[in-house]
Amino acid sequence: MAGLTTKVQEVFDEPGCDKNQGKSEKERKKGCTKQLQPGAAAGGCAFDGAKIALQPITDVAHLVHGPIACEGNSWDNRGAKSSGSRLYRTGFTTDINETDVVYGGEKRLFKAIKEILDKYDPPAVFVYQTCVTALIGDDIDALCKAASEKFGKPIIPVNAPGFVGSKNLGNKLAGEALLDHVIGTEEPEYTTPYDINIIGEYNLAGELWQVKPLLDELGVRILSCISGDARYHEVASSHRAKAAMMVCSKAMINIARKMDERYDIPFFEGSFYGISDMSDSLRQIAQLLVQKGAGPDLLERTENLIAREEARAWEMMAPYRERLAGKRVLLITGGVKSWSVVAALQEVGIEIVGTSVKKSTKEDKERIKELMGEDAHMFDDMTPREMYAMLKDARADIMLSGGRSQFIALKAKMPWLDINQERHHAYAGYDGMVALVREIDKALYNPVWEQARKPAPWEAAWQS
Amino acid sequence: MAVVSVLRKACAVNPLKMSQPIGGALAFMGLDNCMPVLHGSQGCTAFGLVLFVRHFREAIPLQTTAMNEVTTIMGGIDNIEQAILNIVKRAKPAIIGICSTGLTETKGDDVDGYLKLIRKKHPELDTLPIVYVSTPDYKDAFQDGWANAVTRIVQQLVEPAPKKIQNQVNILAGSHLSPGDIDEIREIVEDFGLSPIVLPDLSGSLDGHVPEDFSPTTLGGTKVDAVRSMGQSVVTLVLGEHMLSAAVEIGIKAEVPYTVFDRLLGLEANDRFIAFLSEVSGKPVPLKYRRQRSQLVDAMLDGHFFFGGKKIAIGAEPDLLWAISSLLAEMGCEIAVAVTTTLSPMLEKIPAKEVLVGDLEDMEMRAKGCDLLITHSHGRQMAERLAIPFLRMGLPIFDRLGAGHKLGVGYRGTRDLIFEIGNLFLANAHEAGPDTWAPLQEGGSGNGAQAAAH
Ligand code: SF4
Repeated sequence: MAGLTTKVQEVFDEPGCDKNQGKSEKERKKGCTKQLQPGAAAGGCAFDGAKIALQPITDVAHLVHGPIACEGNSWDNRGAKSSGSRLYRTGFTTDINETDVVYGGEKRLFKAIKEILDKYDPPAVFVYQTCVTALIGDDIDALCKAASEKFGKPIIPVNAPGFVGSKNLGNKLAGEALLDHVIGTEEPEYTTPYDINIIGEYNLAGELWQVKPLLDELGVRILSCISGDARYHEVASSHRAKAAMMVCSKAMINIARKMDERYDIPFFEGSFYGISDMSDSLRQIAQLLVQKGAGPDLLERTENLIAREEARAWEMMAPYRERLAGKRVLLITGGVKSWSVVAALQEVGIEIVGTSVKKSTKEDKERIKELMGEDAHMFDDMTPREMYAMLKDARADIMLSGGRSQFIALKAKMPWLDINQERHHAYAGYDGMVALVREIDKALYNPVWEQARKPAPWEAAWQS
Repeated sequence: MAVVSVLRKACAVNPLKMSQPIGGALAFMGLDNCMPVLHGSQGCTAFGLVLFVRHFREAIPLQTTAMNEVTTIMGGIDNIEQAILNIVKRAKPAIIGICSTGLTETKGDDVDGYLKLIRKKHPELDTLPIVYVSTPDYKDAFQDGWANAVTRIVQQLVEPAPKKIQNQVNILAGSHLSPGDIDEIREIVEDFGLSPIVLPDLSGSLDGHVPEDFSPTTLGGTKVDAVRSMGQSVVTLVLGEHMLSAAVEIGIKAEVPYTVFDRLLGLEANDRFIAFLSEVSGKPVPLKYRRQRSQLVDAMLDGHFFFGGKKIAIGAEPDLLWAISSLLAEMGCEIAVAVTTTLSPMLEKIPAKEVLVGDLEDMEMRAKGCDLLITHSHGRQMAERLAIPFLRMGLPIFDRLGAGHKLGVGYRGTRDLIFEIGNLFLANAHEAGPDTWAPLQEGGSGNGAQAAAH
């Protein structure tokens, strides 16, 4: 595992990541395995993060090397959508048994790769390392190399066993796997001055498709989205893009930065959430492309499109503004998304009464402060009980969070909206913002709240 | 009747199986004011949590000892100690249940030994029961984890009791039973004037109630004291073969005899159950159940037209597979494909030619031409590809509402399930067309052609 340790360290020293640059040498050495509190931890593991980041590549087989827990308990549970192949939704795992634990699981892994190639013939197989197989010393890097040679197909090791750290670290290690083994290994059929990469967008609920038509209209081509609705070939040839957008999170900063370094692909950090962020992102894409030689008329065309789309979005949201103004939102999300959603909600007059910043970087926190004012209620670690109390006492009107905490709101008989990975609605771009506002309105004004909150008549009689 | 085969392939595709630790954890969730903990890396807990949240649509108490690379190699005693102390501080549970995972089992953590040391160091924990169960991910399946956890619970908590309470009975509920099933069973047993202690009791904790306050642990479920007093019961009803070892354990500790009901789905299975309750209680069968029985018989008669000769493919854990395949066979169906997750004595009794320990790929490859697919929600892709009607059963069911209230026991539950399945057949019946009886052609899709093709 020496290779892996170096990799983790390297990812940790990421210059583009100010979270780490802010740390002392010694702190950094400790790496991402920030000691979680036993008995009070809740997040996903590095493997989870790696899978989230790469599974949206639709036409490859994602093979999980480990016992049944890692894949059996979690497969097909994410909302990344595909316009083509469905292979990414097939659960592949070596499901290792006791004998493998004793004698090593490499033989089984090798055979599993062969079985997949024979049966499903994907353009590549991604092999995910997990805790047990890492602990017993299965060397997936070497094995994948051998398998690639033997079968003449890219077999990509994704070395992010759960116990090395958090989901976020897993995202980054997944990025490393792409940088080391995929990006730059194939060539696109043709290139244009309008080719971009979008990095860190997973096409959850089809969100990429809320943005793509606008780019199409501008003549901007998504050479590769890493990794939403991506094909292997697109990612492999993504090094020929002229510019890149890194979607509002540090999760894949390493890809953006190293592609800039290696292939001279400048990038900016942007977001598709919220009207002004969306417009900013389009602007920056246009600017970067023009800098790199695209026709300068792109800038004007972009401004025209922004003006048109903003007007359209505001018009569609107008009926909601009055209904939502002053409504108080409790926003519990994996930090990186926080400020971007905060900005979006404030655009329609919603008040943010609190947000979690547990996973946010210093920069994220600064932006939230900018947006919400100095006395922004940022919670580092809000316990479920505190969230419940806040809702129960009606200090917030609605909670926006991931699926796991929805019942804290529902049991307090307060509205809740899913804004994490498993959500069913797409909230990106102009249409997405309108959809988010519509969903919040639907949740807040649903008539069930009134009935659900009323005590049964006999209990009411008791109380009065 | 069935030949049991374990497929030898290196790669499981579209797993049917889930892991032991989360099976064990779910069993712990059937205890009141309990905090289940997985001793492993945090990801295992996160996956289990998401899975149960999506199935039950309930808040799920589940913690982790948060092992990482370094602590794994050094051994997890400190993490277990800290986890217990943190949980006690934050959640004040009445009991903590710890399941090991593949990671800590591979390392060889001696958790029982650790717990002894921790207890010595922390006398303040003396009154807090902590149950540990070994549940390596790389062995067996969800149902086994559940069974092992229940066995450990009774081993540790049930107290010997020379004096029995005349109307008190134990009910050991298998993992194939939903909270709704438990409610139904309790009602039936109580209607005979018996007072049941159900273990584990998900009907208290995961039945979808809206409590008045927030609780970080389970709210409802079997109380620790109730488990302790299981030794005073006159008999243990074993619901599901995999609950047998726990029953034996109670028998050893407190001399409580047991009777196994390997299923409560189907007419004869319920007849046996009701007759037994009548005998134990010394009470005649209440009118309510005579009527329900008669309704079930009527449902079987009405339904048999549509069930006869139908080919069914089922993927489920052994005891659920046994229950549903037996019912369908009794209704005249052919169990064409039976796939399961783990070995069990029930498998060879399944009314099918062959039972495979395998995955959903195995099921899909064999299910072409079947009239109905039955498995958990992960069968949805297969059902779409094969364009065959699909009934969701088992766990997880994440793309339909009401999984926790789905009924699969009793006369009433059997009757309704027959209607539900019968309606699937009716809704997908092939209507005759002009070509139905035309001579067989390549790729013909008429009824006649299909029948001949099978
Ligand atoms: S923590 Fe390790 S064993 Fe658990 S799911 Fe993640 S990779 Fe698998």
